[in-house]
Amino acid sequence: MQLTNRSKVVSNKEMTLMERAYLPAIVKGMGITLSHLFKKKVTIQYPEVKRPIAPVYRGWHVLKRDEQGRENCTACGLCAVACPAEAITMTAAERKPGDENLYREEKYASVYEINMLRCIYCGLCEEACPKEAIFLTDRIVPSDMLRQNFIFGKDKLVEGTTADKRIDVGVRGGAHRKED
Amino acid sequence: MAKVTIDGHTIEVPDGTTILEAARKIGGAIVPPAMCFYSKLKTSGGYCRTCIVKVSKGSDKDPRPMPKPVPSCRQTIMDGMVVENITSPEIMEARAGVVEFLLINHPLDCPVCDQAGECHLQDLGYEHGKAGTRYEFKRRTFPVMDIGDNIKLHMNRCILCYRCVKVADQLCPGRVHGVIGRGDVAEISTYIQNAVDNEMSGNMIDVCPVGALTDKTFRFKSRVWFTKPVNAHRDCDKCCGKVTLWESGNEVLRVTACKDTYGEVEDVADGKPGWICNTCRFDKKNITDWTIEGPRKIDRHSVISANHYLEQKALKMDIKMQKLLGEKAHN
Repeated sequence: MQLTNRSKVVSNKEMTLMERAYLPAIVKGMGITLSHLFKKKVTIQYPEVKRPIAPVYRGWHVLKRDEQGRENCTACGLCAVACPAEAITMTAAERKPGDENLYREEKYASVYEINMLRCIYCGLCEEACPKEAIFLTDRIVPSDMLRQNFIFGKDKLVEGTTADKRIDVGVRGGAHRKED
Repeated sequence: MAKVTIDGHTIEVPDGTTILEAARKIGGAIVPPAMCFYSKLKTSGGYCRTCIVKVSKGSDKDPRPMPKPVPSCRQTIMDGMVVENITSPEIMEARAGVVEFLLINHPLDCPVCDQAGECHLQDLGYEHGKAGTRYEFKRRTFPVMDIGDNIKLHMNRCILCYRCVKVADQLCPGRVHGVIGRGDVAEISTYIQNAVDNEMSGNMIDVCPVGALTDKTFRFKSRVWFTKPVNAHRDCDKCCGKVTLWESGNEVLRVTACKDTYGEVEDVADGKPGWICNTCRFDKKNITDWTIEGPRKIDRHSVISANHYLEQKALKMDIKMQKLLGEKAHN
């Protein structure tokens, strides 16, 4: 079965004088190399320069708060059961009297962890969430040297309370939910 | 003996059997759902109306149809009766209406509720496409209450099925809880929060079809679908000692009675219902207290079996069934 037209048949025929001289082949090869100096570069200088990404790009998750700064997540576990990579784990806790301004419902996630190395960024957690708590954002997960640093806890997932610490979820915030 | 036809299936049952019991003898999808009826509790049923069916022929002697949908948990069969349940579109519509009524005051807080995943009201709402609500008015609300040391009562979620009252009546001598108030303000209460301390009182958690009565020792510990159910037993002088343990790793998070397909407590060897005592339910949370028998079979369509491996045979059967249903829908 032929898969491509670019395949070359390898032969063991004896080389001609031109080929045996090697020098013309080297010159030809260097010519190709030099010609690339004058072509447009395919790479960009990230992070100074960034490529445009789709508005529905799925990157680093965020756990949203409501307008009053209370966490939306109630640790219902639907994201974890929807997750095909089993990247999400959580521990629920009961809200104590006096914490009403921190958590929206009587139950909240005391521990919420996403293993970013397991995550395949499919967005099913966002789809499963009944509380509009988890969203995938256009932020790219930074690189790191240690595996344990890729287990993101609530410190890296929950957005801040002040206006400048809020994380915009762009078109994902509510737009696709209106269809239901 | 009387002959009854339910959705085209004919069965002969003893006189005095209710339509629901006859349907359960046939089994499968034609069994009407029941929120308040509980075969192991005497005088239960007749409150919720989810089990309504159409009787298109009263009996051989009097073949007139019954003028209204009848609750199948209370209506006894007559010889030659013809009953329609899922084959009758008007019954399905009426039942969807009943579900909507049950959900009127229900807070729909499934993400918080510990019953989610094994809740009959959730299943019922889902099956009838009533996962949302049209109700715009203020729902009745009650504060969360402790009934005894180990039971939490969320009156908001209650649908007043009276099952727990029957448990208190029939299993716990000297009952201390019941329904107070009437109509819209009726509520399950212990009356001045008297502690329910009877040894069998924990069974009201098992009979509750919604998340109104929940186990305080399991409160917010885990979602049911993250726990692994196993059959286990121990020697108990107060009850049968046959239970289902809900484990996470090697930790026993919750102990419940063994429940059958209809969410009712299974009979144990001597033919009596397998109610379990509070010691087994709340205090024996160590895996060494129990003799493990093996994994409990859970319906594949339940969320509890999500992400769990299946038996090869069950999987094959299921695929065959799905294919058949698909072909039927196609034709």
